[in-house]
Amino acid sequence: MNRVKINRLKDKLFLTAGVFSTFIGLVLLTIFIGNILIEGLPRLSWKFLINLPSRLPEKAGIYTALMGSIWVLFLTAIIAFPIGIAAGVYLEEYAKKGWLSKVFEVNISNLAGVPSIIYGLLGLEIFARVMHMGSSVLAGSLTLALLILPIIIVATRESIKAVPQSLRDASYALGASKWQTIYNQVVPASFGGILTGVILALSRAIGEAAPLIVVGALAYVPFAPSTPMDEFSVLPIQIFNWISRPQHGFITNAAAAIVILLVLTFAMNGIAIYMRNRWQKKVAW
Amino acid sequence: MLAIEAFKFFSEVSIVEFLTGTEWTPLFTKKRFGILPLLSGTLLTSFIAILVALPIGLAIAIYLSEYAPKRFRQYVKPSLEMLAAVPTVVYGFFALTVVTPFLQMLIPGMSGFNSLSAGFVMGIMIIPIISSLSEDALNAVPYSLREASYGMGSTRFQTAIRVTVPAASSGIVVSVILAISRAIGETMIVAIAAGQQPRFTFNPLVPIETLTAYIVQVSLGDVPHNSLEYRTIFAAGITLFVVTFILNSISHWLKNKYREKYE
Repeated sequence: MNRVKINRLKDKLFLTAGVFSTFIGLVLLTIFIGNILIEGLPRLSWKFLINLPSRLPEKAGIYTALMGSIWVLFLTAIIAFPIGIAAGVYLEEYAKKGWLSKVFEVNISNLAGVPSIIYGLLGLEIFARVMHMGSSVLAGSLTLALLILPIIIVATRESIKAVPQSLRDASYALGASKWQTIYNQVVPASFGGILTGVILALSRAIGEAAPLIVVGALAYVPFAPSTPMDEFSVLPIQIFNWISRPQHGFITNAAAAIVILLVLTFAMNGIAIYMRNRWQKKVAW
Repeated sequence: MLAIEAFKFFSEVSIVEFLTGTEWTPLFTKKRFGILPLLSGTLLTSFIAILVALPIGLAIAIYLSEYAPKRFRQYVKPSLEMLAAVPTVVYGFFALTVVTPFLQMLIPGMSGFNSLSAGFVMGIMIIPIISSLSEDALNAVPYSLREASYGMGSTRFQTAIRVTVPAASSGIVVSVILAISRAIGETMIVAIAAGQQPRFTFNPLVPIETLTAYIVQVSLGDVPHNSLEYRTIFAAGITLFVVTFILNSISHWLKNKYREKYE
């Protein structure tokens, strides 16, 4: 074999390796999810959704954890949505491009790289201890809001950047003030992108367990929370708790709860991707 | 805030013992505060994760940018990013119930909790970080460079190895650093599958404990506020923060330094 042939062979070999690598991750994911479906699906029933946690694996349900997750998600969205958008609009439209905005920019992108458990420690100290919220739904939601704020701010800025200057100029030419331009033109035009970012951020928040454990969310709560100051558990923590028990019945329960969690996560991701595609097609500047 | 609690901790425990001690037993009656066992556990799992993710992620990036048709890339990239969207508790479940039993068949005598399967699953989780960002970097290499290489008669593989990858190396390094910092901060996978026994070892088959898993372990128990045990989690937290902060800053610095090199 001469050199040319050897080189072509190497090329072919790498092509195989590339295809193999591309699919191995997806194949492993499929195996994992299939395994979970086999284990968890037979356990799923209406009773599993509305039962309270129990010592007996057959009687245990995820009602409190599910309600806790919904509470946390709802409060996190209410807190993070306005702050994140306001910060994004401010940084993009008002802030002067100087060293200060550069410092902000670096800090925000650095914040996005901080491990989530550090946010948990922060929430434990500031919200739970110093502000005396205890291990409440509110403290947990504030912690998660901190965690997803950088994601929302970055998404807001990116989609506002995509709005062309001509739109703003047209609005100014009609005599609109800066605030009117932002409120009536810029934000509506970029809203699809902002919402996509928010949903992706929330889908991250619903899967987080570590920061909430640190803030003090409990693995066993007898009742679903009814006010923001109640103690709570969330789905990922319930799953974590069930996994760490020795009886096999609880592993089955964990698998069933994972099915629910995955459905929620993928549904939110799906909505976000769908909206991104629709928005990209509709708006062509 | 982190610093205040950590400062209180270091007023009671000497920083030299903290950084050089090889025993971490703050919850026992005989207390020892050496961070090295937790640090070695963290590094060990992250190292295994990178060992898994780097070759696979890089091969995917090169394949998608140099070989694959454009339409194929459009569909594969979002599906790979699904890997990063799966909640980490779920990965922990995979590691404990699927990967560990499988590895135990291959390696008899392996412990039920170990850093090998936790690291392996973590590697799968961070594949999309490496593949996605490296692919962006490879795509940013101007096409004229590739055409020059093809014009000399190179194959696609030779072009990738000798031209595009070196040209995109800073972007690839940034993606790997971000992946490492994600692996170091990862909590639930190691808390579930790697065990809760801090020990100073680099043996991937025995239970260990990472910085993050220790914080979770203490938080699950009922530790009184203002106690020394309570402060240990802040000391572990600040160690973790410093490590990831350094890594993130390096990647940020690299990104800025080498940006627009070819424009």
